[in-house]
Amino acid sequence: MERNQQLRRQLASMRQSLFDQGHLDEQFILLEELQDDANPNFVEEVVTLHYRDSARLITTIERALEKSPLDFNKLDGYMHQFKGSSTSIGAKKVKAESTQFREYCEAGNGEGCMKTFQLLKRDYATLRRKLEAYFQLARQAGPNEIACRPK
Amino acid sequence: MSTASSSVTVSDQFPAGLRVLVVDDDPTCLRILEKMLGTCLYEVTKCNRAEIALDMLRTNKNGYDIVISDVHMPDMDGFKLLEQVGLEMDLPVIMMSADDSKQVVMKGVTHGACDYLIKPVRIEALKNIWQHVVRKRKNEWKDLEQSGSVEEGDRQPKPSEEADYSSSANEGNWRTSKRRKDEEEEIEERDDTSTLKKPRVVWSVELHQQFVSAVNQLGIDKAVPKKILELMNVPGLTRENVASHLQKYRLYLRRLSGVSPHQGNSFISSHSQEPPYGSLSSLSGLDFQTLAATGQIPAQSLATLQAAGLARSAAKPGLPMPLVDQRNIFSFDNQKLRFGEGQPQHMSSGKQMNLLHGIPTTMDSKQLVNLHHSAQSLGSLNMQASAHGNPSGQSSPLLMQMAQPQSRGQILTETSGGQVPRLPTSVGHPILSNGAAGAMLAINGIGENSRGTGYNSVSQTSSVLNFPLNHSAELPGNSFPLGSTPGISAGMSTLTTKGGFQEEINSDIKGSGGFMPSYDIFNDLQQHKPHNWELQNVGFAFDASQHSNSLQASVDVTPSVLVNQGYSSSQRNVQNSNVSAMGKPIFSVGEGSEHGIALNVGQHLNSLLVDNSTRVKSERVTDTSCQPTLLPQHFGQEDLMSAILKQQDGLGPAENDFEFDGYSLDNIPV
Repeated sequence: MERNQQLRRQLASMRQSLFDQGHLDEQFILLEELQDDANPNFVEEVVTLHYRDSARLITTIERALEKSPLDFNKLDGYMHQFKGSSTSIGAKKVKAESTQFREYCEAGNGEGCMKTFQLLKRDYATLRRKLEAYFQLARQAGPNEIACRPK
Repeated sequence: MSTASSSVTVSDQFPAGLRVLVVDDDPTCLRILEKMLGTCLYEVTKCNRAEIALDMLRTNKNGYDIVISDVHMPDMDGFKLLEQVGLEMDLPVIMMSADDSKQVVMKGVTHGACDYLIKPVRIEALKNIWQHVVRKRKNEWKDLEQSGSVEEGDRQPKPSEEADYSSSANEGNWRTSKRRKDEEEEIEERDDTSTLKKPRVVWSVELHQQFVSAVNQLGIDKAVPKKILELMNVPGLTRENVASHLQKYRLYLRRLSGVSPHQGNSFISSHSQEPPYGSLSSLSGLDFQTLAATGQIPAQSLATLQAAGLARSAAKPGLPMPLVDQRNIFSFDNQKLRFGEGQPQHMSSGKQMNLLHGIPTTMDSKQLVNLHHSAQSLGSLNMQASAHGNPSGQSSPLLMQMAQPQSRGQILTETSGGQVPRLPTSVGHPILSNGAAGAMLAINGIGENSRGTGYNSVSQTSSVLNFPLNHSAELPGNSFPLGSTPGISAGMSTLTTKGGFQEEINSDIKGSGGFMPSYDIFNDLQQHKPHNWELQNVGFAFDASQHSNSLQASVDVTPSVLVNQGYSSSQRNVQNSNVSAMGKPIFSVGEGSEHGIALNVGQHLNSLLVDNSTRVKSERVTDTSCQPTLLPQHFGQEDLMSAILKQQDGLGPAENDFEFDGYSLDNIPV
């Protein structure tokens, strides 16, 4: 159907741009590959789990950054968890920023941590929004679209 | 358990169905892993908390094959979980983390993780995790195998046994190295059915006594698990239990007889402080000290032992193994040891059946020498004596002693008094007759004693000796006092394993590290037969001289013998001394591994016991594949046994070093 084909094209394009813009990496593709008939919404399920868990961590880090003096060990620990989770879904930019944040923690650079965290939050929010739109469209277009591998 | 055929079925599907427990506090990762593992056709259970995971593992001991855990978890450090799992369940554990720094990965390695995956984990990495399961199982089997194979080597001419063994989980597998694949499959299978998951059988003294008598009745060469089981007629005992115990026993005997001086049982050597043999006192050097140290053998007994002439060859603790075994025995026995009671009957039969059946009574002079060394550590008392040529079952008492702390004094005295069979007195003969002598020999280091003297009496024990040694252990008519069982005596004389025995013994013993359970018997024996040292050590110790490992082996040989055959007090003492040696690196005997098998016996026991903790995994067996790690699981002491076995193996290699240290004869319930 025209409508469906259109949706699919749109979906494919959305997906591709996520990669092109550096928001997602190969890990996301691996997740897509794991999706099958038994788990047709596997990727969405995982992404949802991630956002639920990471949102909690973001809040925790934010609160920790408001403390004075900064507890870099704790911050590093939280960020480590956050990074692990982000890596699992292939959130490329967010992952890079997490690494940066941890480096600042190690160096005891509070300001560096805060600046990086702001960037991280921004990219985190962007990806989250885009993925939500993506999955919404995917549900409309039909399951096979999601499983499509980008070339 | 099951025959190979059943395992084949399992293997066909393998690795599908592998039961994986994945632990990670990150829900995202956990879900992804679950999906990936499911794609690999594994049976996945996920858990987000380490404590819960441990509970799950504990309640369902056999429910999982492998554990994958994250390193950073809020409720418990992943490494801690790793350690716990390794200790309690002994399952392979794979660590995961986003952290790929060298330190962390190294930490995983040092804590025993079998692999370390960097997150994000790829499915390809998960596809191969089954290899860790197989590898671990294989190693376990291998240990068993080694202990068994030693026997196999000895029993080349007994294909039937092989067949019999194949029926039992352990035996079947280790027999056929060619059937690696089957083995692996069986391993898989076995895991489910075999001892790995079975409740351990505690080889009490009485049980061991029954076992030994059954074995003797059948003749060590013909003793197959099925028949033994039938003869024993113990409800609830499976053929598998018997089979693995038999393996260990054989190794034990070997160890006893095959005191391989060369082995340089690290144990002993490590401990042995320079075996001053020369006189019994030499024994003292090491053994007594150790023995004394262990508290097993009262200082005075040590002295007695020494006097007994252990001096002989300050058997280098080459026999670490034996001691270890003894330890095991003792430990096993502690409860029961009364083994001697039952045994004494046999033992006393004239020949001093060295418990060390396996001990190659024929300790040739060379062996004796070796034993000498080993005996030193042990208490080379016996050995020494034998080394000198009259291993009349001498030293065995020492070994015996190990088992029985009480008898310690006796043994010591025995040796000195009695024929002291232990050592050298009867070189050629029936040292065992002394009972103590045999015992001494056996214990000592068997290598030395076995010479003949001790071994002769071995006749009784010979059967025992024949056991593992069978094949080659021709104990030179050693009257191994091994005799713990009358049957053995008959065999003992045939123990001519003069040297061959030793070798075999060594190998066997090596494997028999695990024999410890039988050692319980030793303890008993010790009590009863002062002279019958049966100490297998006697016999094999010397032969063992040939094989450094043999010492160890010898020890194995006569675990039962030592046990008690009642070596008249001397045995006890000897054993004690041995035991004490064991406690410490009794191995002085073991040192040479060759030598002091007799001593080693005791030491072995100890070391074995000690080892268990280390899980001897067949590395030890230096010579022959005595892989000591007989299925540790079978026995309560499995770990010990394995340790012992390991020790045995290690008689040669220094690895044993650490093993023997632990032996504390204390366990030996004399």
